[in-house]
Amino acid sequence: MRVAAFARSTPLPWQLALLGCGVLVAVALPYLTSSFYVSVATQILFFGLLAMSIDLLGGYTGHMPLGHAGLLGVSAYTMGYLVSRLHWGWLQAAGAALALTVLVSVLFGFLAVRTRGIFFVMITMAEGMLVWGLAYRWASVTGAENGIRGIARPEFATLYWQYYYFALAVFAVCALLLWLLVRSPFGLTLQGIRESESRMRTLGYNVTLHKLLAFTISGLFAGVAGLLYAWYNQYISPSAINIGASTEGILMVVLGGAGTLLGPVLGAAVIVAVKNLLSMYVARWPTVLGLIFIVVVLFAKDGILGIARRGWARWRQNRAVRAPTVGARPVPATDEERAATGG
Amino acid sequence: MTADTFALHFLNGVTFGALLFLLASGFTLIFGLMRITNLSHGGLYLVGGYIGFSLLVVTGNFWLALVGAGLAIAALGLVVERLLLRQVRGQTDPEVLLTLGIAFVLGDLALAIWGGDPLTIRTPGLLRESVSLFGITYPVFRLFVVAVGICIALALWYLMDRTRLGAVIRAGVDDREMVDAMGIDIQVLFNRVFAFGAFLAGLAGLLGGAFLALYPGADWEILLLAIVVVIIGGPGSLTGAVVGSLTVGLIDAFAKALVPDLLYFTLFAPMVLILAWRPYGLLGRVS
Repeated sequence: MRVAAFARSTPLPWQLALLGCGVLVAVALPYLTSSFYVSVATQILFFGLLAMSIDLLGGYTGHMPLGHAGLLGVSAYTMGYLVSRLHWGWLQAAGAALALTVLVSVLFGFLAVRTRGIFFVMITMAEGMLVWGLAYRWASVTGAENGIRGIARPEFATLYWQYYYFALAVFAVCALLLWLLVRSPFGLTLQGIRESESRMRTLGYNVTLHKLLAFTISGLFAGVAGLLYAWYNQYISPSAINIGASTEGILMVVLGGAGTLLGPVLGAAVIVAVKNLLSMYVARWPTVLGLIFIVVVLFAKDGILGIARRGWARWRQNRAVRAPTVGARPVPATDEERAATGG
Repeated sequence: MTADTFALHFLNGVTFGALLFLLASGFTLIFGLMRITNLSHGGLYLVGGYIGFSLLVVTGNFWLALVGAGLAIAALGLVVERLLLRQVRGQTDPEVLLTLGIAFVLGDLALAIWGGDPLTIRTPGLLRESVSLFGITYPVFRLFVVAVGICIALALWYLMDRTRLGAVIRAGVDDREMVDAMGIDIQVLFNRVFAFGAFLAGLAGLLGGAFLALYPGADWEILLLAIVVVIIGGPGSLTGAVVGSLTVGLIDAFAKALVPDLLYFTLFAPMVLILAWRPYGLLGRVS
């Protein structure tokens, strides 16, 4: 896979060092900056989680879902309703919300996974808008356009920095689980399905079942992102889960680099940062969003990580050429070059 | 429900279905030939309506505005296809994402130019009257939309089934490489068909502006309905677009009256049932 080659071509010590730096910065962040930037970072965490869940289906399995904000919405609305109207505790409400999200994901997935390509896109889009339609019209439960207000955070995470650490912990656990998942035989099967469904079927894999499982797991993580979203804003409304929200999630995946876990988080960081900083100066956010979309699709199909990988490969090659005594021959940096040089 | 209110909801459903057909037929035509899910179709509809509105304000002539809206959007379609969509031909995800990007730009520019207040298109003389039908008084304009819908449906059927161009398009749906090899420039064909689909969206925009008003977000609402139409009817099928439009129009009209809280849900329940039964829609073909 194009972008995944970046991870393989980067030596393990580098990867660990990068990861360590990331963790260090993430943990130290509240001590370094103001509450505004900590809030931005918190948003990056749950949007990054949503983007990773989209990527599990879109980047790893090859079926880009266009309605994942709807699944985020199922969980956010359920939790919000239970907490603010029925005064459930946060843990029970979160559990119930995730259970319902998984149930809805199974149903949505069942309808969607029998198709692929454009049909999959259209069906998932319609499913996402179904949730939006309910949120928008079912006033007695969802509050229609006004949404649900007063969604209390867990009592130990009410302050902005407490909530940041809470979101960071949840994000870390989810990211670890996803990392283990995509490396497991199950994750490799999903990538096989992305490359060729018919070949995987011939090899005896139950492709439809794998796709349904991927859809459900992806929905579960989108649901977790929904919980973090609703607690963060202490509010949920239809505009948070419409097609625009689903689209932003996909943009994060594509911008960062589909088929990796780091890519969607990077994409989320860029989009959230641009959105928060730019909205102070420009009112035309959707135009900017649309233009980023067009530019990425036309000029940077493998996203930020893809660009980074090509830059890294070129840098290593240049270094190897300039200092031939270090290695006997230039180090082939990518799979393609390795294949070309027969190494 | 009395006979009068039933007739009213029924007519509302059929007329709304006719409007949806204008949109869905363009969508399904583009889909059928080019395999593109044009998610900017709602944006083209809305911008078409706004351009028609401005033309109406400037010229004062409804018919000029109607044709002008269609042609302006057709020109926009030509440019969008030539400059953007052609770059990613045949790649499903990039095509979808590109049309999404275009949809956002269109919707936001429309907001910047025409503002956020709902605008309604004022219809001319006769179309503003009402007639007595099935014992109820009904606005002529809505019936006019049905007439336009029927005309477009007949014209499309004639074009697709009875002309050489239609034969080429049908051949392109089945095997585009072969059409290309026969010496027909499929690129040009794609370009024209996309522009024609956009033309229909522009027409629908102006009619929809008199029917439902134009406002930010209307692009996504109507796109959602058009997609339900296409999913129910089967993408690429003209007959499917007729069946789907009437189904969605009628469900929408009766649901608005009977269960307004569940409006969108009532649209999706039948869609879900149909998908469970036929994943590619009632009349869709898998190629």
